[in-house]
Amino acid sequence: MPTIVLKGGRVIDSTGEREADVVIDADGRIAAVGAGLGADRSLDATGCIVSPGFVDLHSHLRQPGHEEAETIETGARAAALGGYTCILAMPNTIPAVDHAGIVREVLELGRAAPCEVHTSGAITVGRAGEQLAPLGEMAELGVRFFTDDGAGVADARLMRRAMEYAGGLGKAVVLAQHCEDPVLSSGGHMHEGEWSSRLGIPGQPAEAEELMVMRDLTLARLTGTRVHFQHLSTARSVEMVRAAKAAGLAVTCEATTHHFTLTHSECASYDPVFKVNPPLRTDEDVAAVKAGLADGTIDCIATDHAPHTQEAKEAAFDQAPPGMLGLQTALGLALTELDLPIAEVLALLSWRPAVILGVDAEHGLPVAAGNPANLTVIDPTATWVVDPAALASRSRNTPYAGRTLTGQVRHTLLHGEPVVIDGEPQR
Amino acid sequence: MNHLLSITDLTRADIEQLHKLTDSFAEVSRRSIPKVPALRGKNVVWLFYEDSTRTRLSFEQAAKRLSADTMTFSVGSSSVKKGESLRDTVLTIEAMGVDAIVVRHASAGVPWQIAGWLDDRVSVVNAGDGWHEHPTQALLDSYTIREERGSLEGMHIGIVGDVKHSRVARSDVLAFTALGAEVTLVAPPTLLPPSLVGWPVSVSHDLDAVLPSLDVVYLLRMQNERMTEHLVPSLREYTARYGITLRRVDALRDDALVMHPGPMNRGVEISAEVADLPRSVIVDQVRNGVATRMAVLYLLLGQGVEKVLGAEVSELEVVLDPDRARSGPDNQAQGDAKAGQRSSSGAGVRA
Repeated sequence: MPTIVLKGGRVIDSTGEREADVVIDADGRIAAVGAGLGADRSLDATGCIVSPGFVDLHSHLRQPGHEEAETIETGARAAALGGYTCILAMPNTIPAVDHAGIVREVLELGRAAPCEVHTSGAITVGRAGEQLAPLGEMAELGVRFFTDDGAGVADARLMRRAMEYAGGLGKAVVLAQHCEDPVLSSGGHMHEGEWSSRLGIPGQPAEAEELMVMRDLTLARLTGTRVHFQHLSTARSVEMVRAAKAAGLAVTCEATTHHFTLTHSECASYDPVFKVNPPLRTDEDVAAVKAGLADGTIDCIATDHAPHTQEAKEAAFDQAPPGMLGLQTALGLALTELDLPIAEVLALLSWRPAVILGVDAEHGLPVAAGNPANLTVIDPTATWVVDPAALASRSRNTPYAGRTLTGQVRHTLLHGEPVVIDGEPQR
Repeated sequence: MNHLLSITDLTRADIEQLHKLTDSFAEVSRRSIPKVPALRGKNVVWLFYEDSTRTRLSFEQAAKRLSADTMTFSVGSSSVKKGESLRDTVLTIEAMGVDAIVVRHASAGVPWQIAGWLDDRVSVVNAGDGWHEHPTQALLDSYTIREERGSLEGMHIGIVGDVKHSRVARSDVLAFTALGAEVTLVAPPTLLPPSLVGWPVSVSHDLDAVLPSLDVVYLLRMQNERMTEHLVPSLREYTARYGITLRRVDALRDDALVMHPGPMNRGVEISAEVADLPRSVIVDQVRNGVATRMAVLYLLLGQGVEKVLGAEVSELEVVLDPDRARSGPDNQAQGDAKAGQRSSSGAGVRA
């Protein structure tokens, strides 16, 4: 591999900001950072920011089982185009990622992808919430995140045992929870409130999420195991995590781009592209999520990238599956909608999630000589219009069609290899 | 207006104009040959994804009296069972060359989705979508009140029962308040929508306290399945607290009307005796449903909204005249008889 220089950019990482060229060695590591550097090949970064690559803790890649909606390859390509160098696949495939065999399959399929693909494992067999999955067997293959995502583990005793058991699998293991009390949310297809009442769509109350956040904070205290709360969407969920962190509990959490950019009023179109779980909530909830991202209560931005085919999303609102695309719009949305310094946005997308996932020996590292060249080069002032047909995902279910965003990924380098150049995928 | 999806598509003036149009079609319906060629050559499809007897028959009667051709897309025997998507079904029907699709679906919002997929040439009529809306029901309900009481302005209407799951209630609230009535929803909290922000209504949980001030008590159907959802303890308790009985009718003003969208659960939300009182206009609602749906189909498929809304309804006589010439005197007599009966009993015609 020839050496590469990222020329004329501004480096922003967890250590600060500086104008510098970045040279990447033939072995995929950063060789030098400084002024006036050269190499075999030059990639223009004038006016751009050179950042550690992004890390997504919440990608649905649909393989195995729903390859018509997404594959590991297409999802990883969308991720690379979105500036990600590492994504975490969710286990709600068919069959579920609940034992070593499926873990091996997903990791094997991810090996050729233009973005590093990790997988989470299910907490319970078949994500059915009834029997503990073989967490140890999956952890031995490198699985660090366990979740039944798409559903919360409803049985408090089972969740307690999962937390206790995971505590014996090493410090890096995290139990992540999709918080939703399934009885209280039962039959709900959007946020319960003003809009659900008016639209006649059965709703699920914010309290269905909050009850499980509350319960799992209690169980985290009981067991001492690290817990990560996925896609928090309500003001009170954010407040509870804020209080728990202040009390010293080992908890982290994420918020999705759609939960700080869209509200339940979007459902008035009856377009199932706006159906997602947790559902789009109120203006107050959006404000609370933004405040949580600003004050560090929410540790990172996750996409909950959830591809669905056109035919699946052309059903009636209450019959369509929940979920929306996210990998290619996350950076633009964060830069456009969050009133935060760019360095803060990059922290939320890159080095903070890298630490939570335990991939911080490879991703999210400072842009410094010797570190792996997992980098993304972004143009923070470029504006672009979201065109569903132009996305790399196999599916088209973005709720942002036609929206103008500021901030675009220009190049992405995975272990030194330019997998995206000038917004074009290289493989 | 290309479609009738929601009462919110209509202004107060639009609703009043539709009521006048309904008067004309009510007159047609009283003729010895109650049929006009207004929609000859137009094709209307019934796309009913949910069981419906009265609404479908009412629309069918309306279309036939307007000389439209009708087709039924029967979900049970169709390709839906073979997995055809809603969109493909709709596009298939459109390709056959239809002018209107009248749709009923158990999911809220489906008529909007269908309207979005279709060419503008095809009109969509919402015949009930999930818990959301049932606009023609609200038009016939408000027409019935206007027929009995002259106007809805200043009327106090109590809508009693399962508002939460009721498309009739949502459309009625919009139509009644648009026409100047005051609406009180009367139900246990479990049968009200979780939020009433933006609803121009008052709420009560005490039927007996509300009854004396009502001009209309509108009862909603209480379904058995609500018990399994823990919304009320039992039908027995529901009836005791919210059922309308002869004893409760005594608390009503003499001229207050009792209404129900059907099908009734006699002995649950309404006792058999009350249903048969002269003040119960439930049968009139059904009769007015046909004329109302004639007016809606004519509005969408006939002259078009520009010509009908905002114009004098007398322009309609161009359409109605040929038949009128044949059966004129007969109508006149029936019309007079109706007026007389209404003033004496307040119950309208039951011929």
